[in-house]
Amino acid sequence: MFDNIFGIHEQALLLHGQRMNVLATNLANADTPNYKARDIDFASVLGSSSQSAAPLALSVTSAAHIVPLEGELPAGELKYRNPYQASLDGNTVEMPVEQAAFSENNVRYQASLQFINNQIADLQYVIAAQ
Amino acid sequence: MSLFNVFNTAGSALNAQTIRLNTTASNLANAESVNGDATKVYRARHPVFQTMMDDSDADFDGESPSAGVRVLGVVESGAPPMMRYEPDNPAANKDGYIYMSNVNSIEEMTNMISANRSFATNVEAINTARDLLLKTISMGH
Repeated sequence: MFDNIFGIHEQALLLHGQRMNVLATNLANADTPNYKARDIDFASVLGSSSQSAAPLALSVTSAAHIVPLEGELPAGELKYRNPYQASLDGNTVEMPVEQAAFSENNVRYQASLQFINNQIADLQYVIAAQ
Repeated sequence: MSLFNVFNTAGSALNAQTIRLNTTASNLANAESVNGDATKVYRARHPVFQTMMDDSDADFDGESPSAGVRVLGVVESGAPPMMRYEPDNPAANKDGYIYMSNVNSIEEMTNMISANRSFATNVEAINTARDLLLKTISMGH
């Protein structure tokens, strides 16, 4: 029963933490020549790491094809951002984009945390009520 | 916990931007330096930033989500120093010429503003990560 108390929020919290890391890296490298801004494709990573949404299966049409084992497919990868405007030094970090993504991620992290906190409060209420 | 890496990443950026501010201050201070020898005159210095890949938390298919910044080195500007005829200047060479440093004050001022903004952004990232971590620590209370 307690395996999945927090539902998707447990994984979402971890992913938001990792995304924050990636976005902080973009912010830190805003002045590094040839640095390419990266981001996590959140929906696809969360979809493949949660049990509710099955990841796309590889079709096996020949005996020589290797069937991927469970969990062998990459859970997610970092993708490069397409800049709105090219810069002379090859850097693709655009400060406003990154700052907006950072604060959005911040709010989403806090939302996940709040959902988990509410769940804990509910459980504590039920435990204390008996 | 991946949020702790934000401190390392943003911290390295703070360090790099501090070095950049230092070179800018040095350049502005020496903007009016003169010398009678073209090889000894002050030349504008600029740091070269490089991404510092951190393989300690390679989560994404072997690719690490966090990467800090390091200063690869400080290079001197190759722009030719301006020559000026000032025979009365004690630093003038035997032909009466002095060489001005090749610091471009406008370039340095914009560099300073850029470093200032980047520094502030990274401080904000650290503050946000700290707030989130503190909230995560107090989970369930």
